[in-house]
Amino acid sequence: MATVAAHDAHHDHKPSFFKRWFFSTNHKDIGILYLMFALTSGFIAVTLSIFMRMELQEPGIQIFDGLASIIYGFTGDAAIDGGKQMYNVFVTMHAVLMMFLVVIPALFGGFGNYMMPIMIGAPDMAFPRMNNISFWLLPVALILGLIGMFMPGNAGGYGPGQGWTVYPPLSTSAAPGPAMDFVILSLHLSGASSILGSINFITTIFNMRAPGMTMHKMPLFAWSLLVTAFLLLLSLPVLAGAITMLLTDRNFGTAFFAPEYGGDPILFQHLFWFFGHPEVYILILPAFGVVSHVISTFSRKPIFGYLGMAYAMVAIGAVGFIVWAHHMYTTGISLNTQRYFVFATMVIAVPTGIKIFSWIATMWGGSIRFTTPMLWSIGFVFLFTVGGVTGVQLANAGLDRAYHDTYYVVAHFHYVLSLGAVFGIFAGWYYWWPKITGTMYNELYGKLHFWIMFIGVNVTFFPQHFLGLAGMPRRYIDYPDAFAGWNFVSSIGSYISVVAMVVFAVGAIEALIKKRPAAANPWGVGATTLEWQLSSPPPFHQWEELPRIR
Amino acid sequence: MTADPADKRKSRRNVATAGMALGLVVGMGALSFAAVPLYKIFCQVTGYGGTTQRADAGSDQIVDRKITIRFDANAPDVPWDFRPAAPVTVRLGESAVVNYTAKNLIDRPSSGQASFNVTPEMAGAYFNKIDCFCFTEQTLQPGEKVDMGITFYVDPDILDVPELADLKTITLSYTMFPLDRDSDAVASAGRTDNVTTRSIARKTTGD
Repeated sequence: MATVAAHDAHHDHKPSFFKRWFFSTNHKDIGILYLMFALTSGFIAVTLSIFMRMELQEPGIQIFDGLASIIYGFTGDAAIDGGKQMYNVFVTMHAVLMMFLVVIPALFGGFGNYMMPIMIGAPDMAFPRMNNISFWLLPVALILGLIGMFMPGNAGGYGPGQGWTVYPPLSTSAAPGPAMDFVILSLHLSGASSILGSINFITTIFNMRAPGMTMHKMPLFAWSLLVTAFLLLLSLPVLAGAITMLLTDRNFGTAFFAPEYGGDPILFQHLFWFFGHPEVYILILPAFGVVSHVISTFSRKPIFGYLGMAYAMVAIGAVGFIVWAHHMYTTGISLNTQRYFVFATMVIAVPTGIKIFSWIATMWGGSIRFTTPMLWSIGFVFLFTVGGVTGVQLANAGLDRAYHDTYYVVAHFHYVLSLGAVFGIFAGWYYWWPKITGTMYNELYGKLHFWIMFIGVNVTFFPQHFLGLAGMPRRYIDYPDAFAGWNFVSSIGSYISVVAMVVFAVGAIEALIKKRPAAANPWGVGATTLEWQLSSPPPFHQWEELPRIR
Repeated sequence: MTADPADKRKSRRNVATAGMALGLVVGMGALSFAAVPLYKIFCQVTGYGGTTQRADAGSDQIVDRKITIRFDANAPDVPWDFRPAAPVTVRLGESAVVNYTAKNLIDRPSSGQASFNVTPEMAGAYFNKIDCFCFTEQTLQPGEKVDMGITFYVDPDILDVPELADLKTITLSYTMFPLDRDSDAVASAGRTDNVTTRSIARKTTGD
């Protein structure tokens, strides 16, 4: 490490293309790699979801039988069955990709890697080479997952159709083919990547802050990454353990989850959701951090209640570990257990409320500028609140008895993730675009992107509340005619979102072609964090002279 | 720069922090596997999920409160005619003996092992079995028909639980699972019942 630093010490020397991008140890380059990777897998994951919406646009099976015959070569009735399995595979892979290979790489890996060392006044991450391997595990994970889609899955079908929760026995005796094994290994690799990344982030934040940058002066985005890193460290090994047990149950004759040999399939659900619930906070906390910066910048005010904001994230992370069984109300857990989990789950609304109200209080009386990143952030606060409210409803075991596994749940988690975390990604994308690329994006394209996307996702997901309340179960390829109306609306909404994605791409390409130079701080006095003191884009090695924070 | 002692100190500190973080990872991974036996013990001790208790002798007190025990039998994958005992009504603390019956319907010997629980699940902690066919493997010769006994009592302490004090009926359910003796693989993980020794195999689901 020291020799590398000495070698590159002379002014802003960049390695050759291949060395720079494939053997990269520079946190900014790795951050860009993460963002590029998230864009790639995001494109695949969105495509999968559009196929699902096309299928659900009308009752009956119209898309997937054809897809199955084109891709897997099924004919006749086999194409219908193959198509049904294929739909399940799309549901599964959409979720797996979006969570592990889009949102985490974009927010935690991408913006986290690029911005966190700059923000805390560190020259790079603590372990630059480990940073390299955390990134390069991800493409392998993606390839494994994609190969799995073409491997035999259930009897007479291809791909993993268990849903991202991979519950046994659906993922064991019901899926004899190797597709499931590929997904398990893919999850293992993406988990290893996140664990290595987390160790790096924690070490960097604890040991490499610039002089004067105390924990209580650290920007909220760095705080959000610190909490996220701890959540990853504590939850991912449990997922790894659970899916390793699945793997040995499937291949090596163990019976962790097979009741006929004394195992317990419910144990898998406990282990899975002990990971799965912190996972949703892993996805959303970095978005909290991004939005805090954007709202503060464009309100020209410091964030309201900084310490409360930081410790609210710590509280959300801590409480997130003791609420897992609210995903399991219908598994026959006792009434007293349900009472506890209802209560504990609703407690999370308190720190979350602190954050929502602090964002509003930051805007209150501020000199607000409705730039593109600000629009995304306000959209985030509004939509995340909608998703939070439906979350409080679902936290109630009594209501959940009716809503469980309906489209109401689908609407809920897409409001907090697809409209929450993803809006956070886009807020960060436009906020830091000038810093990362050194060019200004076109506000018109940015705002157009926001408004089309805002309309599109709301038209997609709001009607799903109605479908869920009416009793439409999730994860089915077909539905009774009674659900046709809102499903049609929902599908139209998803096509609108595709238009937004096109505008997004056009806006990015336009900015890269036009190359309007960005100033070191294009956002003015509101932008106070350290990244805005560097040039745009920042030098290849920053803070050779450590900044002093007063 | 290379030999700067401050740099060395920094890098040692980084390694120490990373080591602690790695320790968390290893610890949580170990805990996830420890969850398997812990969950089993938790179920046995608390009667969670309707896990019944095991007793060596009958209750030392009998109270004059009656409760009806119903029986349920399932054998989806065993070639047996597996039938439950008729319902019995007993006093709390009183030991009772009932018989399930099983008949092997095929012309080869076949073996099974039962898993079990009671509903309401909270009653599991108070349902004590002194003897049960589910404690051991059962092997039936071709065409053989056997009575399989259960000796049990319901702990009078059940009256101290507000949710169970008015309970009129407990249902005890058994599901018989096949034992394939042709292979020698051992399944040992995650057992939730009281049986500890069994050598069985299962079909590998891999390919």
